[in-house]
Amino acid sequence: MKIVVCIKQVPDTTNVRINPETNTLMREGVESIINPFDMYALEEGIRLKEKHGGTVIVLSMGPPQVESALRDALSLGVDEAILLSDRAFAGADTLATAYTLARGIKKVGKVDVILMGRQAIDGDTGQVGPGVAENLGLPHVTEIRMIEGIEDDGTIIVERLLEDGYVRLKSKLPIVLTVVKEINEPRLPSLKGKMAAKKAEIPSWNHEDIEFDLQRIGLTGSPTQVMKIFTPPKPSGGKIFEGDVQQAVTSLLAELREAGIPIGQQREEGSRNG
Amino acid sequence: MAEPIRIIVDKCVGCGLCIKVCAYDAVSLVDKMAVLNERCTVCGACVSACKYDAIVIERRPFKGQDVESYSGICIFAENRHGALSSVVYEIIGAARELKVSLDKKISAILLGEKVREMADELISYGVDEVWMMEDSAIGDFNEEIQADLVAKILLDKKPEIFLGGGTIIGRSLLPRVAARILTGLTADCTELSIDGDNKLLKQTRPAFGGNIMATILCDSHRPQMATVRHKVMKAAEPLEGPHEGQILELSYPVLKPRVEVLEFVPEEMDTVNLADADFIVSGGRGLKDPKNFSLIEGLAKAIGGAVGASRAAVDAGWIPYSHQVGQTGKTVNPTIYVACGISGAIQHLAGMKSSDIIVAINNDPSAPIFNVAHYGIVGSLFDVVPEMAKQIKG
Repeated sequence: MKIVVCIKQVPDTTNVRINPETNTLMREGVESIINPFDMYALEEGIRLKEKHGGTVIVLSMGPPQVESALRDALSLGVDEAILLSDRAFAGADTLATAYTLARGIKKVGKVDVILMGRQAIDGDTGQVGPGVAENLGLPHVTEIRMIEGIEDDGTIIVERLLEDGYVRLKSKLPIVLTVVKEINEPRLPSLKGKMAAKKAEIPSWNHEDIEFDLQRIGLTGSPTQVMKIFTPPKPSGGKIFEGDVQQAVTSLLAELREAGIPIGQQREEGSRNG
Repeated sequence: MAEPIRIIVDKCVGCGLCIKVCAYDAVSLVDKMAVLNERCTVCGACVSACKYDAIVIERRPFKGQDVESYSGICIFAENRHGALSSVVYEIIGAARELKVSLDKKISAILLGEKVREMADELISYGVDEVWMMEDSAIGDFNEEIQADLVAKILLDKKPEIFLGGGTIIGRSLLPRVAARILTGLTADCTELSIDGDNKLLKQTRPAFGGNIMATILCDSHRPQMATVRHKVMKAAEPLEGPHEGQILELSYPVLKPRVEVLEFVPEEMDTVNLADADFIVSGGRGLKDPKNFSLIEGLAKAIGGAVGASRAAVDAGWIPYSHQVGQTGKTVNPTIYVACGISGAIQHLAGMKSSDIIVAINNDPSAPIFNVAHYGIVGSLFDVVPEMAKQIKG
């Protein structure tokens, strides 16, 4: 079985602080990490390999520094890493990114399962997974919370989280799956893995290594453009109640009702005398 | 290849604003002049931050479409279990506002096994034309089949704008459609408007967990596509009086399904689901013990709301992941969000910051949750939460 996991290197927002004066992000000195959701995809890929045999290949598009994220993935037990890096890829929106990743996967060859996290924590779009599937002409399922199993006849059974429950689905391979946090608990790198990751050769593919329609990559291939980026207005100071709990709750509920929130309003009448 | 982004030497004053906003450590000052390095991802944060217009992204014109031949606003009428999803009413609300600026008709794509009644309902809410396809082969959860049909309809009917829900289905379906017809798609918009000059759709959305906002345009491709975050835009009310609308029955071949639904298992909670809830009560680390979630449930029941949780509570195994609110969980937009014993880490805030009213209950007055709360009570949640439930119940 051949498994490809697509990852993205993102700024580590756990270390991002908001400047309370200006209400802007303080991003200086922020480390780059593997997108947290992609860690679950990597873990699931490695688990599938452990269960069914085969190879796990991690693939990422980005500037040269993304190599460090790929080494981190290798240290977890991924077999191979490939970097798609070229200035011509820069500025890609989700459409161009999905196309570029799909071309990379195509070059990898016959793949059974393609995994990625449900979304990246910098862009929060979740659009690349379905886009890759469409580019490759494969089915896709998002929000996977469990892979129940893969049968010998090449069918996979998965559980997909929905707003109001979950749905069990069966599909033929190959397939693109995007995973949620619930799916597993990612392992830590082993010492052996770290050693191997250090030594591993990571090929870097550019627009000459793969057949691309140059109209569809990078900024040129991106229909959307950012018109402006701004910081949302700082919330005005809230009203804080302290002291006697009963009084504090009464005051809070009165405030909420005044703000037009029908909280416990219908009971108000009855309790007035009690 | 020419560099897509560059610094105009004559305009740069070396103020360093661009360095502060760069999340990728890709700008530095060399001889009091901003210089970009290879870490740059051309995200555009520095372009917006520069007060001197010294950084430019140069887009080369690429094969555009015949933009002029596209007209009107189309929405995706997501439906499940035989009813329109609640987000549809919100999208109609947004579309009706866009219609005021654009003066073009609103259409809706309605797919499913038995959807006829929903078509009439759409019209009563102000949809001018329903593009309907009834076929038992269209499954509830098959985005591959639905994307194929939606793409065909969009290519035939050519609306200039296409909007879908920022729901699990919408955010899975629309990217597939966009990749098929090669147009731009903006995820999870919280604001939509029409630019006064060029009549383009201005799509505003949060990124970086809601810490920054971006306004996105799609100028040379059609339709301009966006998903709309659930519960942010006001749901439309039915129009007063009769509304003239047309139902067009369409017929296209349906793809053979490769993904088959085995079963749908509804969430086993006696409270409402988070995505649709108007009231949410969430518990965090401050609960100290899983059994104390009963306090949260008690208050949720008293106000008729859903139960949420912080990542800490979920990671501790106190409550299932489906209740997690925050960056790695769900993003919610209720009328009231009551955070009990939740400190307010940036990742949690990312999932609930856009709630209409945030109420924080925490015994630590310096907890960051109070910075975003509209109302707060400093005190032990073990006292405050039951008292609140008691007073609400009367």
